[in-house]
Amino acid sequence: MERNEMLNVALPKGRLGEKVYQAFERAGFPAEDVLSPSTRKLVFENPAAGVRYFWVKPSDVAIYVERGAADIGVAGKDILMEYRPDVYELLDLGLGKCRLAVAAKKGFTDSGDYTLRVATKFPNAAAEFYAGKGRDIDVIKLNGSIELAPVLGLSDVIVDIVETGATLKENNLEPVETVAEISARLIANKAAYQFKSPVMENVAAALKGALV
Amino acid sequence: MNNIDLSVLSAEEIISLKLRSLYKRYGYSCFKMSKFEEYDLYGKNKDFLISDSVITFTDTNGKLMALKPDVTLSIVKNSPAEPAGVTRLYYDENVYRISESTRRYKELMQVGLECMGPITEKEVCEVAKLAAESLKVISEDSVLTVSDLKIRQAALKNAGAGEREISAAISAKNAGAVEKLCGACGVDKQAEKLLTYLASAGGSCAAVTEGLKNVTSDIEILAAADALDRVCRAAEETGVTVRADFSLTGDINYYNGVVFKGYVKGVPAGILSGGQYDGLMAKMNKKSGAVGFAVYADLLERVGARGADNGKE
Repeated sequence: MERNEMLNVALPKGRLGEKVYQAFERAGFPAEDVLSPSTRKLVFENPAAGVRYFWVKPSDVAIYVERGAADIGVAGKDILMEYRPDVYELLDLGLGKCRLAVAAKKGFTDSGDYTLRVATKFPNAAAEFYAGKGRDIDVIKLNGSIELAPVLGLSDVIVDIVETGATLKENNLEPVETVAEISARLIANKAAYQFKSPVMENVAAALKGALV
Repeated sequence: MNNIDLSVLSAEEIISLKLRSLYKRYGYSCFKMSKFEEYDLYGKNKDFLISDSVITFTDTNGKLMALKPDVTLSIVKNSPAEPAGVTRLYYDENVYRISESTRRYKELMQVGLECMGPITEKEVCEVAKLAAESLKVISEDSVLTVSDLKIRQAALKNAGAGEREISAAISAKNAGAVEKLCGACGVDKQAEKLLTYLASAGGSCAAVTEGLKNVTSDIEILAAADALDRVCRAAEETGVTVRADFSLTGDINYYNGVVFKGYVKGVPAGILSGGQYDGLMAKMNKKSGAVGFAVYADLLERVGARGADNGKE
């Protein structure tokens, strides 16, 4: 495979990304130094396996793939729901499982007779969820410490990622309903797919096998 | 004319000239239009537009006008309600749309063609072939993907309450989600097999349409698949790679049959898009069919060369 015919793979930085890379490795697509903590390399290639990896911020993976800098990448379903990149979603890797949920102070009930204030890092996903229910909401976009919003009265509820629910519990909050089940997804650039579909499908099938 | 220095032309201009010359050779006439139209035309057909934001201004007579965000709507508006024969038109116009990245208005060059009137499979094949020829002009390394919305619509009839979500999953080539949604919505196994196939199938038309026969016996679907295969064969005559891909979609209020999208290597998005849009014709009270496509000339600068033969005339 020529250098420019290699499959460019955007991996999400962090613990999930490391698990994802290990799955690629088990699937037969290793590259040297990808997980080495001392390396300063930004791009990791294995010409024999036809792959080239690079680490990017998890929320940027979809941008790299949509814009064609990466042919494929791994992004959380939460990111895909929020930013709606124009990409193919080839495989649910089943890694990084959690859920996007509505949470509120313990004992909260939504009477529905006022505009619900929703604090979230995911304004589009939250707006779509409530639009589907016909509920009038006011979205408050926050970038972190979402749990603080209902505690300080900034919002009535939050829409956020819930893994174990421990953080919610510590702040006297509880999940109220699930917006969506979240996990890592293998995504592909639509244009690149037309030229590299056999390789991409091969990677997807091998990953599926490696994750069983 | 011989004294014109062609090296001063940009890649987009060279390719645009070549495309116009190609369409003229096939008997298409140039459609020239004003830069603006009455806003009403776009207001009534917002779903047909790629971007629903339009630059408007009030004309001296008080009418609300718009800088055109699309060419097809104007061509359809000006076409006869009951044409005696097929009209073949091409255009090379600037349109005004909001850029996805900057969220500001941008002037974009668009080249394309429309074939309107009593459209038969012959005209659909002709336009698909011209779409492939257009890609060939832009780059030697290109792919035309083709689908027929009738196949997808017929399969989705059995999707029950999950129709919208299953359709979105097919568009994303997310076969796993199609399976899950079918299970959750109680879709029967045969219908699930077909819907999953539509999400995962892709490749040469012959192989993909043959594969359809293994997952359905629906006469309507198989007839559409045979017709799609003939359209693909016409496009394949150009030497361009043609792939059948049911993830391709279009607004079913406007598009009704064969749809296609073209890609060239090195450009991260589709550079050509089109299909049969009898729905739009009906919506605009035209008693005829139509098929056409547009080449998004703004993406041509990403091709990097001056067309497939590097600018040679």
